[in-house]
Amino acid sequence: MNIHEYQAKELLREFGVKVPRGYVAYTVDEAVEAAEKLGTDVNVVKAQIHAGGRGKAGGVKVAKNMDEVRTYADEILGKVLVTAQTGPEGKEVKRLLIEEGCDIQKEYYIGIVLDRASSRVVMMGSEEGGTEIEEVAEETPEKIFYEVVDPVVGLMPFQARRMAFNMNIPHDLINKAVGFMTSLYEAFVAKDCSIAEINPLVTTGDGDVLALDAKLNFDENALYRQPEVQELRDLDEEDEKEIEASKYDLSYVSLDGNIGCMVNGAGLAMSTMDIIKYYGGEPANFLDVGGGATAEKVTEAFKIILSDENVKGIFVNIFGGIMKCDVIAEGVVAATKEVGLQIPLVVRLEGTNVDLGKKILNESGLNITPASSMADGAERIVSLVK
Amino acid sequence: MGVFVNKDTKVIVQGITGGTARFHTKQMLEYGTKIVGGTSPKKGGSEVEGVPVFDTVQEAVEATGANASVIYVPAPFAADAIIEATDAELDLVICITEHIPVLDMVKVKRYMEGKKTRLIGPNCPGVITADETKIGIMPGYIHKKGHIGVVSRSGTLTYEAVHQLTQAGYGQTSAVGIGGDPVNGTDFIDVLDAFNQDPETEAVIMIGEIGGTAEEEAAEWVRNNMTKPVVGFIGGATAPPGKRMGHAGAIISGGKGTAAEKTRVMRECGITVADTPAVMGETMIKVLQEKGLAEKCKTL
Repeated sequence: MNIHEYQAKELLREFGVKVPRGYVAYTVDEAVEAAEKLGTDVNVVKAQIHAGGRGKAGGVKVAKNMDEVRTYADEILGKVLVTAQTGPEGKEVKRLLIEEGCDIQKEYYIGIVLDRASSRVVMMGSEEGGTEIEEVAEETPEKIFYEVVDPVVGLMPFQARRMAFNMNIPHDLINKAVGFMTSLYEAFVAKDCSIAEINPLVTTGDGDVLALDAKLNFDENALYRQPEVQELRDLDEEDEKEIEASKYDLSYVSLDGNIGCMVNGAGLAMSTMDIIKYYGGEPANFLDVGGGATAEKVTEAFKIILSDENVKGIFVNIFGGIMKCDVIAEGVVAATKEVGLQIPLVVRLEGTNVDLGKKILNESGLNITPASSMADGAERIVSLVK
Repeated sequence: MGVFVNKDTKVIVQGITGGTARFHTKQMLEYGTKIVGGTSPKKGGSEVEGVPVFDTVQEAVEATGANASVIYVPAPFAADAIIEATDAELDLVICITEHIPVLDMVKVKRYMEGKKTRLIGPNCPGVITADETKIGIMPGYIHKKGHIGVVSRSGTLTYEAVHQLTQAGYGQTSAVGIGGDPVNGTDFIDVLDAFNQDPETEAVIMIGEIGGTAEEEAAEWVRNNMTKPVVGFIGGATAPPGKRMGHAGAIISGGKGTAAEKTRVMRECGITVADTPAVMGETMIKVLQEKGLAEKCKTL
């Protein structure tokens, strides 16, 4: 789960991570009020959307007086920002962060992520801040340093010190940098983050080390024990169909194609998308109904697929293990009766109770094209939507 | 034979009184698995499907001589359950539970360092050695005894591969689901190594998916160590970057973990990668024919 920059900064502040002062604003007037409260000569007006690359897209402006705060706030609020991470359709800006300007001496990078290979949390740091860390990793990998954290003791001060020295942080700021890093690690663990990225981390003219930007992602599996984090969710930033699916514990991801997919199991669901593409079609979604789906859940899944107006055909691909084929069949029949079905439907059933499932579909009187295998089903649905 | 589990493996079911666990205890018993006990705190002394229930794993092990456990407890309590099984010095723990917080698993892995217990999973379908024992949630009837090993990050894709093999007449030794989470116990290399040493296994299907670099590392290992042919498949070639595709581990981030890159490295290391999931079985059969193993492996 993602949150906004201003939310990340508020959360980090609670853990003693130093961030610039700032306030969120939903309107132009609120933006001006925020700037007045800050009382600084220079303020930064920052678009708050769940995507990076905002600066390049014109979503971050430095204002030198109140008039400029008003002008920039008015310009950015409501604007659709298109960045490398938003996709071509972009994202509308509904919130701003008004923040005090600071006298930047140098920009650095600090990130905390899970390293899958070592099964440990790893801190990454570099003196090449302000640019994409992937680019640094590509071009000058020797400029990225790593500290692997033992979960028993956490990030030790000596590790943070070694990192600060490796990053060439000025000697008089080493202690502040160490404090910053250990506090950031504490926040990461306490809030079940999956990513904590500070890019850039800056040193300032008045001798501070602070987070100029902050990106936090959270482990969805741990949200049950993070009620405060759950409250930071901004549904405006998420796909409507994905929100609807999550209510029913369905794993759904929207895609750009026109063939709706309903599958059990994440691996099979991904592979179903792949095979549709292989036969020349384009999947409209990833949808895993899970292992223990009920007929009701299948019905909801079907409705979500049909609510996508790009969908011109549906492919149901089920390998029943735990999931019984008759349950899927009942759900499909119930859903089509409820919402009506104007588009082609190809169903491939295999596994537990397959004969019963096929019988239910046959006797439903619905116009369903049966498929004998995954490949057969994919080929059929692709030719039917053409 | 087969790997990790066989007809003599004595299993306890952790969380046996839950609905899913009850259902699968019955299924496993029907398959012939030696389920010798179960655990559920405060329910010790009762029975599920004729299997005695204990309050703690330690008690269950002392009373039954179990050497393996399978875990069905809910995600918030699963890390504790794995550590309890490790503390009781079981040889093998198979964790079916999905949605375990990743930082819990980081601690579990740290705790298990240097201990004798092997963890398979979490978020996996379990392990089956065909016609001997089934420990997990996979449909037993599609598995038939033979000479092909299967290892996979995905449950249903494992069933798909096994089904294709069985339909074509090629039985299996064991099928091992290592799970779809970013931090798991047994990895591809552990399983490939076990299949390499198993005298019954003649060839292996390895099924990966997007995210991480476990497949690339396994491919390198295959190039340097594997004496038996390996056929592969990677799910998620069409998945968009930055989106988690159901499994917590199935996500392309920072341009890393794409299916194209994994497939490229696997091919470079001598693994024959199937173009689509529909031809995993076919691809294996072709490879067996080339190696002169087809006749021996056609067991059905």
